[in-house]
Amino acid sequence: MTKQLMRGSHVLGEAAVRAGCRYYFGYPITPQNEVPEYMSGRLLEVGGTFVQAESELSSINMVMGAAMAGGRVMTSSSSPGISLKQEGISYLAGQELPAVIANMIRGGPGLGNIAPAQSDYFQATRGGGHGDYRCLVLAPGSIQELCDLTYSAFELADKYRNPAMILGDGLMGQMMEPVEFPEMVDLKSLPKKDWILDGAKGRSSRIILSLLLDPKALEAHNYKLTRKYDAMTAAEQRWEEHLCDDAEMVVVAYGTAARIVKGAIKRVREMGMKVGLFRPISLWPFPMKPLNQLSRRVRHLLAFEMSSGQMVEDVQLAVKGQAEVYFYGRPGGVIPTPDEVAHQISHYYHNAHLPLGQASQAGGAA
Amino acid sequence: MKQVFNKPKSLKPNIFHYCPGCGHSIIHRLVAEVIDELGIQDKTIGVPPAGCAVLAYNYFDVDMGEAPHGRAVPVATGIKRVLPDRVVFTYQGDGDIAAIGTGGTVHAANRGENITVIFVNNGTYGMTGGQMAPTTLDGMGSTTTPGGRKVARDGYPLDLTQMLAVAGGSVYLERVAVNSPKNIKKAKKAIKKAFQAQLDGKGFSLVEILSGCPTNWKMSPIKAMEFIDTTMTGIFPLGVIKDKTGYDEKQGEES
Repeated sequence: MTKQLMRGSHVLGEAAVRAGCRYYFGYPITPQNEVPEYMSGRLLEVGGTFVQAESELSSINMVMGAAMAGGRVMTSSSSPGISLKQEGISYLAGQELPAVIANMIRGGPGLGNIAPAQSDYFQATRGGGHGDYRCLVLAPGSIQELCDLTYSAFELADKYRNPAMILGDGLMGQMMEPVEFPEMVDLKSLPKKDWILDGAKGRSSRIILSLLLDPKALEAHNYKLTRKYDAMTAAEQRWEEHLCDDAEMVVVAYGTAARIVKGAIKRVREMGMKVGLFRPISLWPFPMKPLNQLSRRVRHLLAFEMSSGQMVEDVQLAVKGQAEVYFYGRPGGVIPTPDEVAHQISHYYHNAHLPLGQASQAGGAA
Repeated sequence: MKQVFNKPKSLKPNIFHYCPGCGHSIIHRLVAEVIDELGIQDKTIGVPPAGCAVLAYNYFDVDMGEAPHGRAVPVATGIKRVLPDRVVFTYQGDGDIAAIGTGGTVHAANRGENITVIFVNNGTYGMTGGQMAPTTLDGMGSTTTPGGRKVARDGYPLDLTQMLAVAGGSVYLERVAVNSPKNIKKAKKAIKKAFQAQLDGKGFSLVEILSGCPTNWKMSPIKAMEFIDTTMTGIFPLGVIKDKTGYDEKQGEES
């Protein structure tokens, strides 16, 4: 398989199809319209089904039905549309239905704007909908990773019978990068689902529900879900450490923000500052343990987000007070330059009187 | 001894929780009889509502998938799109389908989703205790319309089924009632025709069933049955609203 240059939104769609997704239900919203547009054609080619629904509410509920019937199914949207889908996501979690939801975040609250942002971190990782539940949340930092995470999202959703979310932004959707796709999944090779609704032929009838009127029964269900979330927390933490070995300060950032940080680190390292990057890839489960371990060695962390401060709370929870946690945020859809982030790093680095080393050329590209 | 009456196979042996005089039990039975008669119990998937019939999965012995309030039709759409050779029906009340679920229902009908909707219209939000429904009649009492519904203040009762007739993809829409043996027979015929339309891949079919709610109407069951004839059918007249199935023409040719 050779590399091809493709736009993020199309990569998301193609990776989904290769992961066996044959059902897409969505509703237009900028900046992710290229996802439904791509899927409308691609699913025709592979004998799948695309429905442009009349609303986000309908589309997430169509996803629910398709998941009950055993299909690999997805929907995508951007912030205001994802707000509308929250009711359905809560039901998917309660009914233990696998589905993939992509959120290409735009500036908010309200209608906000259509610029790339990271202001839906709380919504994605803290529930968003009602009730005690968790979504698996994956945040790609490159187009190749968008491909790989989308592909795994379908596997993880099926494995845990839980909704999985791809959290990107408008930049990730529009950007073009070389990508190498995995092979097309053979649908027949997928494990059989013994819980779906496909007609009670040769078996007793099944019910999929989330209504448990007896508090004891619902409590038992909640505990069952909790055990599943614990298993996910133990097995699915993903992260990247970049130039952390000699670091005196580490910037914690994900997705698009982490790309900017890599450019900023290159600049500050040229000035002798020993700065690394810790990039959470799974936002739920948040990589608590590795960040906690890192914070025993590196006592100065700077959380950088394209929001007014959401992931920083998880950083604080992870380090448990054993490191200083600074914050720099740019909300509203503003994408700061690597120079601006470098300036902030430099400010906190010098304020903390951290030692300067040899100027280095190391570091990733901006 | 000759057995003259049986529980339908497609009903579980559970006692209905519905109030005395409520139409749900009769309608459940009719739907189950139709499923039995068409021999589709092992390929039918039902989607119950949020409302009095939320526990319908305790009664129908077919695969059942619960939907959020008002979302049964989109959920059924998702199931049917994955399994087009199965029979998918929703079972919804007037609050569920004609208020919070209107948008999804209109568009599913317009797309001609090949599903069957059983729409139980009792003019009230039964489970939540008798609040005004979209179908509550002018002057009819409810817990959220002091002095009864006043159209000038609360709007008019909504005829959703009539609205669905203009949707290009709806093929069979009929309004029936379950307040007399004669009407119950007609209701069953309509339900069977709606399921047959789906089996034949014709498109969106819906049967609206006028049903009494003695508890929230604050009437005896008998008075409630009479109220359907004397008052409710004045606003929601019984009969075929749309039929593009072609079944009756065929019968005409044959006879």
